[in-house]
Amino acid sequence: MSVAPEHLIIAPIVVPFLAGALTLIYDERQRRAKLAIGLLSCAVTLLAAIELLARSKGSDLTGGNDIGFYLLGDWSAPYGIVLVVDRLSAMMLVLTGLLALPALIFSAAGTHRQGQHFHAMFQFLLMGLNGAFLTGDLFNLFVFFEVLLAASYGLLLHGGGEAKVRAGLHYIAINLTASLLFLVGVSLVYGVTGTLNMAHLVQLVSGLDDDQRPLFQAGAGIMAVAFLVKAGIWPLSFWLPSTYAAGAAPVAALFAVMTKVGAYVLVRLSFLIFGAHAGASAGFGSQVLLAGGLTTVTFGLLGVLASREMDRVAAFLVMISSGTVIAATGVVTGGGPAGVLSAALFYMLGSTLAVSAIFLLIEPMRRLGGEAELITDEETDDYDDPDDDPRPEMVLAFPGTVTVLSLAFGVTMIASAGLPPLSGFIGKLGMVQGLLDDTGRDRWAWGFITLLFLSGFATLLATMRIGIRTFWGSEAIEPPRILALEFAPILLLVGLLAVLSVKAEVTLGYMVDTTDALLRPTLYAEGVLGAPRAEDAEVPE
Amino acid sequence: MELVLSAAIGVLAASGVWLILRPRTFQVIVGLCLLSYAVNLFIFSTGRVMLGVPPIMPRGGFVDPAAYADPMPQALVLTAIVISFATTALFLVVMIASRGLTGTDHVDGTEKLP
Repeated sequence: MSVAPEHLIIAPIVVPFLAGALTLIYDERQRRAKLAIGLLSCAVTLLAAIELLARSKGSDLTGGNDIGFYLLGDWSAPYGIVLVVDRLSAMMLVLTGLLALPALIFSAAGTHRQGQHFHAMFQFLLMGLNGAFLTGDLFNLFVFFEVLLAASYGLLLHGGGEAKVRAGLHYIAINLTASLLFLVGVSLVYGVTGTLNMAHLVQLVSGLDDDQRPLFQAGAGIMAVAFLVKAGIWPLSFWLPSTYAAGAAPVAALFAVMTKVGAYVLVRLSFLIFGAHAGASAGFGSQVLLAGGLTTVTFGLLGVLASREMDRVAAFLVMISSGTVIAATGVVTGGGPAGVLSAALFYMLGSTLAVSAIFLLIEPMRRLGGEAELITDEETDDYDDPDDDPRPEMVLAFPGTVTVLSLAFGVTMIASAGLPPLSGFIGKLGMVQGLLDDTGRDRWAWGFITLLFLSGFATLLATMRIGIRTFWGSEAIEPPRILALEFAPILLLVGLLAVLSVKAEVTLGYMVDTTDALLRPTLYAEGVLGAPRAEDAEVPE
Repeated sequence: MELVLSAAIGVLAASGVWLILRPRTFQVIVGLCLLSYAVNLFIFSTGRVMLGVPPIMPRGGFVDPAAYADPMPQALVLTAIVISFATTALFLVVMIASRGLTGTDHVDGTEKLP
């Protein structure tokens, strides 16, 4: 165990990568082995993420703000690529792990049988997500974005069919264009500053010449467009509802965290590059983020009200959630109270879990409403052979199926609408509290508060309408067949929401410290640039 | 030299944007290719335009950095080319699948009504 502690940082990237590569060796008929490898990899990644989270809290000696580094190839910081784990990235790693495990379990109920290489793409998507959260280098960020996008193209198309291909065509075209913009932005930033290391940028940004600064800001702005596309910010988000609605349930459930990658990068970079230390560039783009976030929430709430189908409602809920986080980022980078961001991060955790649970609930609820046939009946199994085990017959026959399903739906509804006592309410309350202090400085604060309430109201209205139609208006006499494999992940996510609400004080405290660390980017920069090389470290023999 | 390079990037980017906005999938993919050429040239140019200078410095002693090209953008371009090549190939597959499933090469999968 002598190498483990410092190499743990790269585990969330390497473990899914190896697991994904390993599943490629197995034949499509050996789905159980693939599933086992996938589950093992998800569990190991989640454990590693939790350990990293515990470490990033640090001890009292370090002021509760420990940043971990991993120098790839042992090159010292500005020259090589560095992986950085701090509170924010550790939190995102844990969130991804918590979403991946239920989604993978759910896929075992049928989705992973609908096409080839589901498990490999799932693992590569995880690798891309974790890498994007961990990297401290702009170009490396681009590479991990491409890894996760390439895997997401495959996952979206998994299962085939006209709707998926049609949505996939738009999704791929949009993301390819966004990636090109990302490259333009990165190369502009490199052309001006001569570095791609985020920590190095922190130190260079205040000393830029006045004739170089507009070019640097243009580069950062072009780069931000690429992240705003990922985050689903209006008017760059028209691809989002049809894409998320077209994806298979476990895929969409994992996609719920993909918009958060865009939000994460925006949070990270706006504080690192355009924080208070940035001199003339401080607060650059904060108004755009705020306005973009608010219009996204508006668009999302209108979309939620206008949608009749559950999957489209869920897709618009994704937009509301990421719009809120982006708007909160805009408020805080513009000089607003830090409490808004910590509450928004807390809200993001809860709403992502809730939306993910809704995506998983869609399929069982359709069966209840009699809208769609059982997925296991209509699916075509191209790889079936006599040796393959029969479909899992773990049917929950007790009449409580409908009750449990409706309770789970109720919990996710309350959590995403922001009603007490669940986590959504606590997050929104925190944001409103912070914004009320800010009304004197920022004239948009009242608008933000109004939208927070309105979006919750719209969510409640739309989900309640669907709930009434499905659970009370159902004409099905017999309770539907729902596999235990489908129930377990839903209940897992609902349980996580409950834990998040009960442990709100601890979690919110973590977020407050996270925001505190974000507001002091020079500490991050000094830490990364001063990260010791392994060669120089003393070897205790 | 700078003028020729920037004109080339500009023409490629403009043609690419125009083609991406066209309704046929083939036009979109050609547009994406042109746009990625423009971006690759652009990345290359951020290392400053220099003629006949090597990107690798000799070992030891004092070296004048002005006499050497920046190797970093060249490495970035290489990565960007590989990645955009792979994603374009993937897009091509989806495009052909869409053509087969919908029977049209319109990006929306349906012909606009006359």
